[in-house]
Amino acid sequence: MTSAREDILKGIRGALKRGPLDATQQSALATRVPAHTRPAIDEDAVERFVRKFESRAGTVARVATLRNVPAAVEAYREAQGLPQRAAVGAGLKSLRWAKGWEVHHGAAGSDEALAVSPALAGIAETGSLLLASGPDSPTTHNFVPDDHVVVLEAKQIVMHFEEAWAMLRARPEGIARATNIISGPSRTADVEQTIQLGAHGPRRVHVILVG
Amino acid sequence: MEIRSNEFKGRAVFAIHDASLQQALGKAREGFVGKRAQQAAELPEFEQLREEAKALKNHILDHLDHYLERYEQAVTAAGGQVHWARDAEEARTIILGICKRVGAKTVTKGKSMVSEEIGLNEALIDEGMEVVETDLGEYIIQLAHEPPSHIIAPAVHKTKDQVSDLFEAAHGGPRKTTVPELVDEARRMLRDKYFRADVGITGGNFLVAETGSSMIVTNEGNGDLTQTLAKVHIVTSGIERVVPTLDDATLFLRLLARSATGQETETYTTLSTGPRRADDLDGPEEYHVVLVDNGRSRMLAGRFREMLRCIRCGACMNHCPVYGAVGGHAYGWVYPGPMGSVLTPLITGLDNAYDLPNACTLNGRCASVCPVKIPLPDLLRELRHMQHQQEITPAMQRRALKLWRFAATQPRLYHAGERIAARLLAAIGRKGRIRRLPLASAWTDVRDLPAPAGRTFLELWQGKRGKS
Repeated sequence: MTSAREDILKGIRGALKRGPLDATQQSALATRVPAHTRPAIDEDAVERFVRKFESRAGTVARVATLRNVPAAVEAYREAQGLPQRAAVGAGLKSLRWAKGWEVHHGAAGSDEALAVSPALAGIAETGSLLLASGPDSPTTHNFVPDDHVVVLEAKQIVMHFEEAWAMLRARPEGIARATNIISGPSRTADVEQTIQLGAHGPRRVHVILVG
Repeated sequence: MEIRSNEFKGRAVFAIHDASLQQALGKAREGFVGKRAQQAAELPEFEQLREEAKALKNHILDHLDHYLERYEQAVTAAGGQVHWARDAEEARTIILGICKRVGAKTVTKGKSMVSEEIGLNEALIDEGMEVVETDLGEYIIQLAHEPPSHIIAPAVHKTKDQVSDLFEAAHGGPRKTTVPELVDEARRMLRDKYFRADVGITGGNFLVAETGSSMIVTNEGNGDLTQTLAKVHIVTSGIERVVPTLDDATLFLRLLARSATGQETETYTTLSTGPRRADDLDGPEEYHVVLVDNGRSRMLAGRFREMLRCIRCGACMNHCPVYGAVGGHAYGWVYPGPMGSVLTPLITGLDNAYDLPNACTLNGRCASVCPVKIPLPDLLRELRHMQHQQEITPAMQRRALKLWRFAATQPRLYHAGERIAARLLAAIGRKGRIRRLPLASAWTDVRDLPAPAGRTFLELWQGKRGKS
């Protein structure tokens, strides 16, 4: 009995009326460079990122340097009435937190209220964040807490998705196990097309834009 | 899932008289159509992208074996495992095998139309597993014991009141009546399930050969919680969903959300590449992809290859006047609307879905909004042709068509017939309308037939040109 894999590939080749591609054809496909149209954008990348991200109920606060981040998180925490406790991605280990703060770098558990994550890139085209999973940024931080704060440096903002993919490929560890592109708080329109935020993921996503 | 597509007519009549359904469908029509039009207008390159997406899909289909093999290699290199399933039963067996091996008790699911296609839930439940749909729409219809009625908005046929009733029955009171309360209640109920799940099953909008990643596009974040928190992540996807590179996937991403929900982008686009890594703090311990053929390679061979370009956005059903009148359940299987009317007979057999290719006015709106330019009306017409050739159409209809062909190939006879019919119909018309017509009661029972002017178009035309 042939395997399902062989059968399906045979079926496909039969449908295409040819055998397996030869080495030359395969290497031509392997080196093919896609050049699809990218939307033309005549706007500053940082401005566009902020405008688009805010258009979907995301919020943005801007600070001068990374050192200002804990204070910006404190301001956000106070505004939302949250306790001084957060799961913080180890990528932000160097941040110095004020007294009273309880910070850990593990995965987010079911009672986690607030997470602070480092972004790998911002994509101006749609106003989206790109986060790459790993010990520096566990995926649970992005989805479990009600409040998600993401630290993004202005110089990390690129115009189009293609440039963000290039950043991902260029990492020494390559593509992450989970690459999360996040364009705002979780939402649903499954009850009568009424948009409701906080369906299953974070109810609020707040970007601290550095620089 | 049981195929009930041959009950289309009865179910359609039922649907038209269902006041709640009509109320829900009315809201959906306004929302989806308007938002898509706005998004398409705001992106000057939109039409260009549709052309490119069509060409890219054709390129992928021409080299499907190659890209699938490359995808498999990349998944394996990332520590995941690819399984191939010739049909629905084989896919169920593979998934059941994985679930049993890890002793799964609770299985959470993100939205996956392929899992509906292969009838996965019933198979898992039969083995004693708890299956929890986590997409809010899917959760609602799971409580209602109903199949989805739309491929991206599965509970679009439900009104808020009906959701309130379902939640009250399932969760106990007090009855929640506002959308925020209902969404919050579902959020609370499902939280614990994600953390308890042994296996999380999601679909795959795209499978990226370059990186060996599966990609899901969602708004709620339920798919991400499903695949991150379960011990094992299983992806179910059709073989046609592979794309060469991340840049290629991007072309489809720019079209998908705009065409589907009328959003510039969905909230979450997630790439999953293999299982948890050595230094990871979370993520599934195992990562599996089940590639489902189930009639797709057969479709690749013939005149229905273009259907394999489909990226499952749902724009065709959102713009279909028939879907808009009867909703998704009338179609009787998994895929409704124009795309479903093509796929259902091709996957389940022509004689299992006789009415679907005929439940179309050939108005062409579906093709005009399809992001990958599938000529849906042409494919539906082709299916009608095949029904005729395979003698699945009723004998009476075939005889009538033969008679018509005989007349239509003899111009003198045809024009004479037309002149008689036009005068006869004009004579029995009252105030320009005909209320009852023998042999055409299927039409006149539910609406009037406009009466002709008394002379045929040709007569009037020739009169105008002074050649009569």
